[in-house]
Amino acid sequence: MKPAPFEYMAPESVDAALQLKARHGAGAQWLAGGQSLIPSLNFRCLKPDYVIDLNGLRELSYIRFESGQGVRLGGMTRYHELEHSDVIRQHAPMMHDAIPYIAHDAIRSRGTLGGSLAYADPAAELPTVTTALRARYLLRSESSERWVQAEDFFVGMFQTVMQPDELLIEVEIPLPKAGAAWGFIERSRRHGDRVLMGVAATLTLQPDGTCADARLVYQNGAPAPRLAPQAAASLNGKALTDEHIVAAAKQAAYEEIDPESDVHASSAFRRQLAFELTQRALRDARERGTAAISEEGAGA
Amino acid sequence: MSVQCVGEPILRNEDERLLKGDALFTDDVQLPGLLHAAFLRSPYGHARILSIDVEAARQSAGVLGVYTAKDIGSLMNPAPLIVPPPPIEGLVFNQRTHTALASSKVRHVGEPIAMVVAESRYLAEDAIEKIHVDFEQLPVHLDIEDSLQAAESFVHDDLESNLAAHVVQRRGDYEKAKAEAHRVITRRFTYDRGIAAPIENRCVVADWNRMGKRLTVWDTTQAPIPIRNGLAGMLGLTENQVRVIAPHIGGAFGAKLMAFYSEEMLVPWASMQLERPVRWTEDRHENFYSTSHERGQVHEAEIAVDQEGHILGIKDVFIHDTGAYNNYGLTLPINSQCCLLGLYHIPSYYSEFRVAFTNKTLVAPYRGAGRQHGVFVIERLLDSVARELNIDRAEIRRRNLIPPDAFPYDHKIIYQDFAPLVYDSGNYEPVLRKAMDMIDYDTFIRDVQPRLRAEGRRVGIGIVTYAEGTGIGPYEGARVQVLGSGKVLVVTGVGTQGQGHYTSFAQLAAQQLGVDVTDVEVVTGDTDQFHWGTGTFASRGAVVAGNAVNAAATAVREKVIHLAADLLSVSVDEIDLVDGKAIHRADPEKSMTLGQLAAAANPTRGAVRPGTEPGLEATRYFGPERGTTAFGAHAAILEVEQGTYQIKVLEYVVVHDCGKVINPMIVEGQVHGGVAQGIGNAFLEQLVFDDQGRIKNANLRDFLLPTALEVPRMKCGHEETPSPLNPMGVKGTGEAGAIPVGPLFAQALDDAFSDVRLEILDIPLNSSTLWHSVQEQGENQVAIHEWT
Repeated sequence: MKPAPFEYMAPESVDAALQLKARHGAGAQWLAGGQSLIPSLNFRCLKPDYVIDLNGLRELSYIRFESGQGVRLGGMTRYHELEHSDVIRQHAPMMHDAIPYIAHDAIRSRGTLGGSLAYADPAAELPTVTTALRARYLLRSESSERWVQAEDFFVGMFQTVMQPDELLIEVEIPLPKAGAAWGFIERSRRHGDRVLMGVAATLTLQPDGTCADARLVYQNGAPAPRLAPQAAASLNGKALTDEHIVAAAKQAAYEEIDPESDVHASSAFRRQLAFELTQRALRDARERGTAAISEEGAGA
Repeated sequence: MSVQCVGEPILRNEDERLLKGDALFTDDVQLPGLLHAAFLRSPYGHARILSIDVEAARQSAGVLGVYTAKDIGSLMNPAPLIVPPPPIEGLVFNQRTHTALASSKVRHVGEPIAMVVAESRYLAEDAIEKIHVDFEQLPVHLDIEDSLQAAESFVHDDLESNLAAHVVQRRGDYEKAKAEAHRVITRRFTYDRGIAAPIENRCVVADWNRMGKRLTVWDTTQAPIPIRNGLAGMLGLTENQVRVIAPHIGGAFGAKLMAFYSEEMLVPWASMQLERPVRWTEDRHENFYSTSHERGQVHEAEIAVDQEGHILGIKDVFIHDTGAYNNYGLTLPINSQCCLLGLYHIPSYYSEFRVAFTNKTLVAPYRGAGRQHGVFVIERLLDSVARELNIDRAEIRRRNLIPPDAFPYDHKIIYQDFAPLVYDSGNYEPVLRKAMDMIDYDTFIRDVQPRLRAEGRRVGIGIVTYAEGTGIGPYEGARVQVLGSGKVLVVTGVGTQGQGHYTSFAQLAAQQLGVDVTDVEVVTGDTDQFHWGTGTFASRGAVVAGNAVNAAATAVREKVIHLAADLLSVSVDEIDLVDGKAIHRADPEKSMTLGQLAAAANPTRGAVRPGTEPGLEATRYFGPERGTTAFGAHAAILEVEQGTYQIKVLEYVVVHDCGKVINPMIVEGQVHGGVAQGIGNAFLEQLVFDDQGRIKNANLRDFLLPTALEVPRMKCGHEETPSPLNPMGVKGTGEAGAIPVGPLFAQALDDAFSDVRLEILDIPLNSSTLWHSVQEQGENQVAIHEWT
């Protein structure tokens, strides 16, 4: 379990990193937190000619709140920085709640936001959470730059729309609307394990108690973060009654996701989990939304 | 008299070293010019090797040697059989042990084919990739029942089937019992494979000293003396030329007992070939394939009972998976066969097993060593009787316990140590009763469970018992010596892997010699220090080595007292050993320290009297006529989360009787560790093979071990029924915690889902399989509020 030989490069600026990647293309691997790459190298599953280490790029590590716009997160921001950030707690509370589910402290002290997104493991938390939060990602190459919406970024298991010369620079999470509410819940066999099933629900609760903008995103429900648009649409314009929640959960779990069987659970059991967890996430969202409305009402 | 320290929860001498990182582990050994070995391993479960091309590897940077089967000469003799089959009439045993490297064919994924030795492990692994092997793939035998049915392409070409062994043991006339029974219940049980997964993988460092003509081997083994003796024979050396050191070991659980692993033969051999020290450290991926596995049995079992649920007889026919080789003989299935009898009086017993060769890693003991399987079968059978006859689960056990006046109790079959399975002593009902009291069994069933169920919570209780055959022979020895400093040295041949030997053996010597436990230095696992013995396994350290230490310390005590009496001019019965001194009881001012006495016993002038020996030292051996039987009961309350089927342990109680206890804190630690592994076996750990025999979860991300979050706080209770088979009255306890957790979980989950009459017959479980089982039982039709 030792890696094959490779050339190690540690650029000191993003521009220098992008130049190297442009030169070496698919033969070079970005090294971010290394929590997935290093095992892949050690197992010799990956044998890149070059490894470009991003850990010296402090300019990619930041958490900024920009009023009127949202939260901006640098691609090399580590999980533990997100976990302990007041900005995240206040302005992206679902991400704040989801991060402790990511593996264990030691891994969270190394793993990065950009690394998790670019690796595109369907069982990972942050692809699902940022998709539910309607985030967008900034991709840059030596010659160009583009924004991609989270739901358009993931195309399959460990597959994204990123080109070999691109680097994930930043994640932007928009500010929530008034009445915005959310629920996130996952289950794994042991705490911190690869998730069996997870669901992130976001919605807006109108002052009259009806639901709008519902979005349901599943973690490990398919080869990429999977939205359940029909189940979500079925909730919009209605009060979030238990009956509607159960119906939406059923539709998402049994019609819209496509979970795999593996050594930990069958596909059928994963649907059962999705059914159960969707109900809980939506009830949590209802509770938070109701509290938000009454707070706003009290403030007015 | 000296201060009592045997039986006290004394803090462990070794913990400071371990916690500060001052304890030497094999991989810590650094030597000038150290080389590194790596192995090319089979990617196939079953394939013929047509050709091997190592030329490119030999040219690879930093490589000093590339070796295949044709390069290693006499090391290609089959590895020794560790335990021969016991003397059971009609027994069939087809002995097939592995060779150090595969030659004509590979029989499991991960079997070593070639060894590369290079300047670094990185370079060695680069060279491994350059070896080219032509394989012809063969049908792969994985399922143990199918394997025995197979008509061709057997795991071993020279056999006429995949049958490795066939054994029948009988007591009484089961068919007669069956004919007279009120009820006969049959069930099919499976218990799947797992691994020990110690935190430290295996490691071997070998250093051949060409000038001194001595070979030193550091090895993560539980049995350093047999390794030394075997290596000497294989390498053409005398025993005296080989020193094997098993330093601190990061867990073993039986998996470091299998001797010889290929790497244990090849690394020392390579050091002699290259005349440089060589190290191989197993990586975690290799550990899944190259270190022994355990478990893998299918039982077709039948129990015959009378109207009150008394057992009239049991019939059990099972298949045991030994993997590709059977170096460890029949220890595991014999353990299953014997441990099935549990704490119960079973007047008739028919037990038949067949052992199957399969294209998987060889199977050898792992904590419990087959005992789990037998206990699972008997405990589940009793649960089915309780259910069908509507008898309480604790009560059905109580009714069948061997009564206290029946000991020694002869089960009339042969045990793994070749002796008849005779339980030396026991008093079972107090243990069962105590477990029930500690978990509030009656209150839970009467009040708590109905209340929680009414709140919509799925909770269930389980209670099971087990016997643990421990402390088998052949023997161990110990040397105890009072040093010039007045401190005491204890040297024994058994290895140590975290059991607390540095403390429990020290307590025995301290008790006899009146010194503080911290003034006793224990040395184990170095064949230059003590070269007689077998090793640490089968819960035997405290019983066998412990009694040897106690005997040697007692002999030294006699010497100390005689010398002190002589020098102080008082009689021997007036001397006490206290605080590191021999004192005159009537006049404590009159005393000598043990250091002064040690100096006096080793004079520089004058003569040692004829018939006496210099020094305050003695060596003693202890060999028990047969094993001693520990026992206990576990009880637990589990909760299953609605909708997600996640399991939480709400309460866990262990009541254990291992005879006289040397250190109750260490016993409790053994129990905790055992239960943790038992929980892993029951609910987390399962090797999953694909159709080629590759392990789908050969990593610690997907092969799940219990962590601190999965292991509940336990309440432990002790009973003490001394063993009559050794002077200290001790029994072993190393495996107790791990044995009964499977049937305990199964029973508690059955109870939690009693509304759908769930009956768990297969271990391990997980939330997904539990959900499927409940679905099959038609949970959907039963609403939770209908429970009463």
